Amino acid sequence: MSGKIQPSQEEIELETRRFKSTATPELQERLYVHSVYNDIAQHFSQTRYKPWPMVAQFLGSIPDYSLGVDVGCGNGKYLTVNPKLYIVGSDYSTGLLDQAVQLHQKEFNDLVVADGMMLPHESRRFDFAVSIAVVHHFSTKERRVAAIREILRVVRCGGRALVYCWALEQEKSRRGYREGMEQDILVPWVTKDGTTRMRYYHLYKKGELEEDCVAAGGRVVQSGYEKDNWWVIVEPL
Amino acid sequence: MKFLTTNFVKCAVKSCDASDLSFPLKYEECELQLQEHDFNPEFLISMLPRLNWDAVVQVAADLGNTSLPSTKPEGIENNEQLLKDLHSLLLETQIINGKMTCRHCGHIYYIKDSIANFLLPPHLANS
Ligand SMILES: [Zn+2]
Repeated sequence: MSGKIQPSQEEIELETRRFKSTATPELQERLYVHSVYNDIAQHFSQTRYKPWPMVAQFLGSIPDYSLGVDVGCGNGKYLTVNPKLYIVGSDYSTGLLDQAVQLHQKEFNDLVVADGMMLPHESRRFDFAVSIAVVHHFSTKERRVAAIREILRVVRCGGRALVYCWALEQEKSRRGYREGMEQDILVPWVTKDGTTRMRYYHLYKKGELEEDCVAAGGRVVQSGYEKDNWWVIVEPL
Repeated sequence: MKFLTTNFVKCAVKSCDASDLSFPLKYEECELQLQEHDFNPEFLISMLPRLNWDAVVQVAADLGNTSLPSTKPEGIENNEQLLKDLHSLLLETQIINGKMTCRHCGHIYYIKDSIANFLLPPHLANS
């Protein structure tokens, strides 16, 4: 926070009412996820360069020259954490993908624009998948489960997916979200020129991500909490 | 999009998932560019068993290269020239612009500035 003006509680509540009265979940995601990321992509990307330790550890544990997908790869910061993997990164936001191209396209991986709900991949083709800070942007439980199911569809039998979502329980962070609070929220992003854009998030509560992974037809291998996020390693059944 | 990735992408339309025709896509009007990468034989040797060779041959033919053997080469670890050719084809050949058509539903996807776009119009998104 570099002294830029954050929106007031009233402004957030007004926008939240607008969000809730938006006709369909698809339109909610278009207005409060996709268009926001396209607009803030460059600035956002500059703040997203450090891989989360759990994700780096997962990618480091995958055998050399495995094939993977990064669903919702954003600016592509996880594509090159382990240079011995070939990862096809995809994102709905062309703005974020442009950042990924500038940063990573010269390296051993590739990038495509795709909808996480309709991945352009054959079923069971990949050894692993990661989807980091993505599934929480789908605005209904049904769609979040469907998104996880689609990730699992492209992972081979015995392969694994790491899914990582923002937690409701983040007492230690400056945002102070905690148990008992509203889980479907708008989070402001103040751009360099001072305008505010609000992104939709579903804050996952303890146990909920495991539950969604099981509902999506997966088997939870391992799960945990890291820096305001819940993560699950899940395999297709 | 790297040539290698053509082996890992198909039509995004859900009702095409079950059809063998939705992979590989048909590549047309493609502008190619060679982008240099470090030669890594180990990568190629590990990748070869993972490739759908028929799709490699078909996409190469779409792009005007009909010189590939029709069956997957074996024992490539001892064939330096073949490794170099595969390296150049799979990893260094970039499709900069072009179109990709699903042989099942006929939907056309575009590659612009090296990025393939698989987003679907609303009427195809939920089918
Ligand atoms: Zn199709």
